[in-house]
Amino acid sequence: MATLDINRVRKAYGNLEVLKEVNISVGDGEFLVLLGPSGCGKSTLLNIIAGLEDITGGEVLIGNRVVNDLPPKDRDIAMVFQSYALYPTMTVRQNIEFGMKIRGIPAEERAKATNAAAEMLQMTGLLDRKPSQLSGGQRQRVAMGRAIVRHPDLFLFDEPLSNLDAKLRVDMRTEIKRLHQRLGTTIVYVTHDQIEAMTLATKVAVMKGGVVQHFGPPQEVYDRPANTYVARFVGSPAMNIIPGRLLASDGVPTVAFDTPQGEAVVRGVPLSAETAHRFAGRDVLVGIRPEHFGLDPCGTVPVGVDVVEPTGPDTLIVFAAGGTEVVARLEPFDAQVGRQERFSVKAEKVVLFDPATETRLD
Amino acid sequence: MATKSLARQQMLGRLFIYSALLLLALYYLMPLWVMVTTSLKPLDEIYSGSFIGLPQAITFEAWSKAWSGACIGTECTGLRPYFVNSIMMVVPAVLLSTGLGALNGYVLTKWRFKGANLVFGMMLFGCFLPYQAVILPMAQVLGRLGLSGSIPGLVLVHTVYGICFTSLFFRNYFITIPDELTKAAQIDGAGFFRIFLSIMLPAALPIIVVSCIWQFTQVWNDFLFGVSFTSGSDTPITVALNNIVNVTTGRKQYNVDMASAMIAAIPTLLVYVVAGRYFVRGLTAGAVKG
Repeated sequence: MATLDINRVRKAYGNLEVLKEVNISVGDGEFLVLLGPSGCGKSTLLNIIAGLEDITGGEVLIGNRVVNDLPPKDRDIAMVFQSYALYPTMTVRQNIEFGMKIRGIPAEERAKATNAAAEMLQMTGLLDRKPSQLSGGQRQRVAMGRAIVRHPDLFLFDEPLSNLDAKLRVDMRTEIKRLHQRLGTTIVYVTHDQIEAMTLATKVAVMKGGVVQHFGPPQEVYDRPANTYVARFVGSPAMNIIPGRLLASDGVPTVAFDTPQGEAVVRGVPLSAETAHRFAGRDVLVGIRPEHFGLDPCGTVPVGVDVVEPTGPDTLIVFAAGGTEVVARLEPFDAQVGRQERFSVKAEKVVLFDPATETRLD
Repeated sequence: MATKSLARQQMLGRLFIYSALLLLALYYLMPLWVMVTTSLKPLDEIYSGSFIGLPQAITFEAWSKAWSGACIGTECTGLRPYFVNSIMMVVPAVLLSTGLGALNGYVLTKWRFKGANLVFGMMLFGCFLPYQAVILPMAQVLGRLGLSGSIPGLVLVHTVYGICFTSLFFRNYFITIPDELTKAAQIDGAGFFRIFLSIMLPAALPIIVVSCIWQFTQVWNDFLFGVSFTSGSDTPITVALNNIVNVTTGRKQYNVDMASAMIAAIPTLLVYVVAGRYFVRGLTAGAVKG
């Protein structure tokens, strides 16, 4: 078990910079998720932590030890790959024991560790099979078993669930979470799936273009996204970003935006007095999560219902505001297309962004 | 009615196909038939009877003469010592070229370096180089190394020449093996050769068979390098066969010639019979994902 510190890490291929000054730091036993679309540099960062790619600048510390120049085998890490990377000619048992064999662990101990891991992952019956005889989920388990027996300081997962079908993905997600609770080892997990990030992480680093956009606990990333990119990437349906304006301050920060049915006013959004004063009377972007709308006859948001999408537990209402499409997630009600309704907004949950920089206003 | 005539048409088609196949098979088997029958006839019968007919009295005399009694130049040792020469040449040449080709393929796909593609392209170029083009420079090299006129010299020539092909085979095979496998092994602590021996080679069995068959056939059947770089008692069997057939005085001993030719061809035939099905399997292995 160990802490992980990534200090000003840069990576470039010739002139192409794929990581620009990345800073991330997590404590012992944390579950760090690197989240981002493909090409954002998250897998490169993972490979750098693993030692599979060399570093252009900055340093990586595992357990307060600089590992920049250590080969992968000396970093005390274990890695699970997207394609599982099981050795095709070896049985499951040989796959799991391969690393221990190289490290010169006696056969008896190897067998013991393998059996323990197999039991933990419920694959005792599979030990003598070849990888080609296993299903996707079983291969995933073997790959995890191979990582577990190493007793590493750090587990690295590279999109481990993206090759599985939807049902199995949810099961294995739970399994990984259980594994983390059980072993308490620090984990770095790469994914492009924001739900995986939310459910698994204790810390999320949302990445884009080789830059960490937001690094923090998942609830913070969800509630107070650092910029509009993070706001739109995390959450489904995404956070609504509505062009509006901050009204002249009278002590209670108040925003307004237009709908075809009239002006919507939201009083009491979280904003410091200093910022409220600075932005008073200026345009802002108003970020509202779909679930923070409520059906309310006395609400301050006049709405013309454009589309109704019942999902079962909720009903999604699409309407126009501030020149964009806005989605509200409401308790099911008798919604009619074309009808006018009034919605209220949980003002304390509203996030404001600077229209020029698209970063959050506090 | 319609279905009946359709069935008839199909049967006629089949008949045509099978008779064509049979005819072609007969045509291609004819030389073999002549070789086998001729080698089993006494010399007098060959000169008096027909070329194609069955032998009246089967005798293996020609075979034993070809193996151990026929004269090559002034030595009447038969093919036996030259057969041994060929074995001494083909075994190390096949093992060396296959092993080095596997190593090349592994490096070119899993440990890529700057200019790897250029190196591969140049190796590919070697596949298209005609034998004749390298004879003179090769003779000079062998002379400098003190290997001219010897079996080890031929081993070197065939290994160098074969590496182009074997590297191509292994490179195209290893490129279908995911790179994550190498990464996983690195994290497991395996080094360059450990990954090669424990993970890549066992996975490459089909292409190893292909490479061995290909190289065995090439090296065993080679005549040009053998005749250019060796002489006397150091020649491989192909050269000795040529000498038996061409240098006899008096009546031409067709039965001994035929038996000799067959002795020279048996090893490659055997290799194909034993490992042939792996050959096809290995050649197509890269095409579909296993």
